[in-house]
Amino acid sequence: MLKDQDRIFKNLYNDNGSDLESSKQRGDWTNTKELLQKGREWIINEVKSSELRGRGGAGFPTGLKWSFAPKDVGSRPHYLVINADESEPGTCKDRDILRFEPHKLIEGCLIASYAVNAHVCYIYIRGEYFIDGQKLQVAIDEAYKKNLIGKNALGIGWDLDIHIHYGAGAYICGEETALLESIEGNKGQPRLKPPFPALIGLYGCPTIINNVETIAVIPTILRRGGKWFASLGKAKNTGTKIFCISGNVNNPCNVEEEMSIPLKDLIEIHAGGVIGGWDNLQAVIPGGSSMPLLPKKICETLTMDFDSLIAEKSGLGTAGVVVINKDQDIIKCMARIARFYKHESCGQCTPCREGTGWMWRMLERMAIGEASRDEVEMLGDVTNQIAGHTICAFGEGSSWPVQGLLRHFKKEIEKRNNFNPTFEADKGIPYLVDQHLLNKKDA
Amino acid sequence: MSLKRPSKEQPENFEFNSASLEAAKTIVVKYPEGKQQSAVMALLYIAQKQNSNWIPLAAMKYIGKFLDMPYIKVYEVATFYSMYNLAPVGKYFIQVCTTTPCMIRGAYKLVEACKEKISKNENELSKDKNCSWMEVECLGACVNAPMLQINDDYYEDLDKDKTLKILDKILTDQTIKPGSYRGRLNTEPENNRKTLMDIKNA
Repeated sequence: MLKDQDRIFKNLYNDNGSDLESSKQRGDWTNTKELLQKGREWIINEVKSSELRGRGGAGFPTGLKWSFAPKDVGSRPHYLVINADESEPGTCKDRDILRFEPHKLIEGCLIASYAVNAHVCYIYIRGEYFIDGQKLQVAIDEAYKKNLIGKNALGIGWDLDIHIHYGAGAYICGEETALLESIEGNKGQPRLKPPFPALIGLYGCPTIINNVETIAVIPTILRRGGKWFASLGKAKNTGTKIFCISGNVNNPCNVEEEMSIPLKDLIEIHAGGVIGGWDNLQAVIPGGSSMPLLPKKICETLTMDFDSLIAEKSGLGTAGVVVINKDQDIIKCMARIARFYKHESCGQCTPCREGTGWMWRMLERMAIGEASRDEVEMLGDVTNQIAGHTICAFGEGSSWPVQGLLRHFKKEIEKRNNFNPTFEADKGIPYLVDQHLLNKKDA
Repeated sequence: MSLKRPSKEQPENFEFNSASLEAAKTIVVKYPEGKQQSAVMALLYIAQKQNSNWIPLAAMKYIGKFLDMPYIKVYEVATFYSMYNLAPVGKYFIQVCTTTPCMIRGAYKLVEACKEKISKNENELSKDKNCSWMEVECLGACVNAPMLQINDDYYEDLDKDKTLKILDKILTDQTIKPGSYRGRLNTEPENNRKTLMDIKNA
């Protein structure tokens, strides 16, 4: 288990307040000025040496992303955008940072915007987190008052303005280009990439977009050194991570742990074990609803980091661990996730707009045993026609959970949906809606 | 995408009152010159707040003029995002999260409670027209599941009995306390905390 002194988010449960004074006691804002005076190169190199990977789901190396921003500011200003549109089912870590550790985020914003030459930072918060956004706004106002941000922030000659932009209940705005569209006042429909936002982003200007947790760990990394962060976890999967353990466990919770912690430890030690005991475990969704679920057999030995999960054909995603025990109907659980994606598809690309509804309707029928045995294959076919055929990663995100279900629980589906839709005599017909007409001679 | 239907009964005119106007002006200056369209989402919220929790078409026209953008673009935004109510929802708008992490911890019991206390169908006003409920997708409080949102506040760690009690209070205009209803501190593991104990006990 991670030692308490190595935890970055010491106020994760709000034991002692989120105001500036208490944050300073926890070490925020202690030597920010000196850190900034070491220069851009040093900051970016330190982040690179920490091997920090983005905490928003894709796991892209943060130092590398920052180095994509043009070195000098040309005719167009640079922007820093923080993605706090946390909507992935199973994930609720950014909310705790916004409401309990806002000064870590604000300090991170100052450092990051200095590193990428941005004078304006927008924090895009999902509309449902209005109360939590208000708490962040209080912290931002405090920081302005103490000149930690604003004109000539900290007296280093750097101006930074931080604005909050509220979303309005669209999951797709967590996709970075959709988020930019949303800030520009449009429907949140993703843009084609390239061009990447680092060169052409918000208002056509170079824009760096990072997750809340990624930015909030930056000050601590610089203070304690990239080497310290890299010493936690394992190579290329370094540092600490907030895990959200929800579902059928005795004590669902958020907890900051070392990367690469065994999944079983996470569930047994922190979350008080599976309801009904470990043997009652059916499956685990390891990284938010987009990531394929894993059956108990794999969960026994699984470690929670980007690369180990990719090896199991799943992913760490946002580290939202959803535990499903044997009391649940696994097909129903996945059908509900499919309904989520059907609801949240932005409607821009046909395979996703039509396919998500198709997957949902098929799974709902499969849950009650009304699908024919041919449809099990057809469902897999539908997922393959969505994944990889859309502008953004929503196509993958919506089809992976279904593919995961088919990979590990196909027998369960086939057991429940085994009727033959065709007449024996007409075996050649794969699927015919008007089967009953064949029986009537005068039809 | 969600199904959005503007209300059949629409007021003819809409204008920001002075408080809304003030709020709108502080929003517009957040964005660069000439990019005032960015403020459309925030302005829709302001209109919704002013007009007892829903946005009439007249407000969209007003916002379009206010920000110098076509009405249809405002309409597009208002219909795309699910948190803009285009028909009356009552003074207390209850949203029950039923996505998988909440569902497997009994979210549909909360839905039952809403059906008993408020109205049989979702998006339907209660008898006194004060209250309505709907099922929504993940509200991002999964470790406190099952939960629901009433206007801006989250009510967490619920079950059917607790929900019934909350709804009773709401329907009689009493104030209720948001947060966890099992008495735990935010997202800590209940009775099983093993981290940051020094800070907790300090």
